[in-house]
Amino acid sequence: MLQGYGYVALFLLVSLAFAGVMITLPVLLRKFKVIPYKPSAVKSSTVECGLETTGRSWVQFNPHYYFFALIAVALDVMLVFLLPWALVLAGLGVFALVAAAIFVAILSLGYIYAWRKGVLQWK
Amino acid sequence: MSTAFLLPATIAPDWPGNFWWHLLIMTVLLIAVLMISVIMFIWLERRVIARFQARVGPNRAGPFGLLQSFADVIKILTKEDIIPALADKPLFWIAPAMAFVPVLMILAVIPLSDGLQLADINVGVVYISAVSAITAIGIFMSGMSSNNKYSLIGAMREIAQLISFEIPMLLALAGLVMASSSMSISGVIGAQTIPFALTQPLAFVVFVIALLAEINRTPFDLVEADSELTAGFNTEYSGMKFAVLYLTEYSEAVVGSILISTFFLGGWRGPFLPGIIWLVIKMLASFFVILWIRSTIPRFRIDQSMKLAWKTLLPLAMFNLFIMAVKTVFAPGLTNWVAVPVYLAITAVIIIYWARFMRPGRQSVGI
Repeated sequence: MLQGYGYVALFLLVSLAFAGVMITLPVLLRKFKVIPYKPSAVKSSTVECGLETTGRSWVQFNPHYYFFALIAVALDVMLVFLLPWALVLAGLGVFALVAAAIFVAILSLGYIYAWRKGVLQWK
Repeated sequence: MSTAFLLPATIAPDWPGNFWWHLLIMTVLLIAVLMISVIMFIWLERRVIARFQARVGPNRAGPFGLLQSFADVIKILTKEDIIPALADKPLFWIAPAMAFVPVLMILAVIPLSDGLQLADINVGVVYISAVSAITAIGIFMSGMSSNNKYSLIGAMREIAQLISFEIPMLLALAGLVMASSSMSISGVIGAQTIPFALTQPLAFVVFVIALLAEINRTPFDLVEADSELTAGFNTEYSGMKFAVLYLTEYSEAVVGSILISTFFLGGWRGPFLPGIIWLVIKMLASFFVILWIRSTIPRFRIDQSMKLAWKTLLPLAMFNLFIMAVKTVFAPGLTNWVAVPVYLAITAVIIIYWARFMRPGRQSVGI
């Protein structure tokens, strides 16, 4: 079974090599004069539909994304616990079902609170 | 067709490194087949979408325009490679590869036929969701490093969509894990004497919608919404790096249709025909449905997309998981064709009831 991860690693190496070749191919072709290379200031400027760009682009962003990220982290952790539970539930019976239901109910309180507070609403 | 000769465990050629060579050849073959099929799927998509829009589509290069995509590849390969002066250059170079490699990596655990599978790892479901999330980081990198405001908005939307739709998707998959008592992909397929699309229709609906959002297909292609963001995250890309991002997008669509057919339509299982033919038939059917959705439903706004994820899909996936849990604990034998109409009825009732929370209108618009 552990051998499977070795195959995955092999697959990773091959696909990395493939992607690397695809991305560096133009560099090679430029050396052989197959593709043109005529840099200019206008060509390498930022595309903004004809206007010149003003200011930096790496700016502070809409904080709503941050709220979504916070809820997502909490629910992702819930998923990490729920997946093994789902795997072995058939052999565990009623007790495991009730335990997971209580666990999810506690987390759902936070989810319902976020919903009532309007965090899930885009403003 | 016998597939036994492809099984890694049954053969050990007398080469140095034994069957690793064998696996290496299989891997290269698999990637090559995927790339050719992606190029053909691009042609298929353009033709089918053209039919939906009462056009003809590409029909000049080769018979039925079959060589159109190959011509496009050659054209884009000979384009000048432009890097914007303000871009973050190392990230700008790495980003396409970072987005492209994980899509290929998913194929390593997909069984193409009975036993024809590179790596049957025992956490296949978790592996697929973990690896596919890396693609979003690649797309985020490409948008962030371009130093362009459109790209930045596209990149932020990509991350927002990923974290929102990943949770319902994984909850839907948890239902499958529960029903099959296995996390390996071959185990999930082995449990589908009746396809999971019929025994867990709610999970099927949630999974397909969440998958469409994860691979940025049209109702959810806010990442590159042409009408508002020029081209979104890949605005600044040109030449081969753009081609890699484009290939990523279509590989995601192809791999996504493979995932739909593997998880919910029974994968390679089917009567009479060999397994790989069944997988291709199911994959084509899923891809056609994806195209159908693309040509039917207009693009969502970001607030509608988030609302769909958090207020509709997440509770629905949770309902599905607990319905399946109750079924697993109290009625484990209740998986037969007689029960299928009951599942479908329960799904219809839940979706119609919950749709009340998805009223359109009266929302403000943000980016």
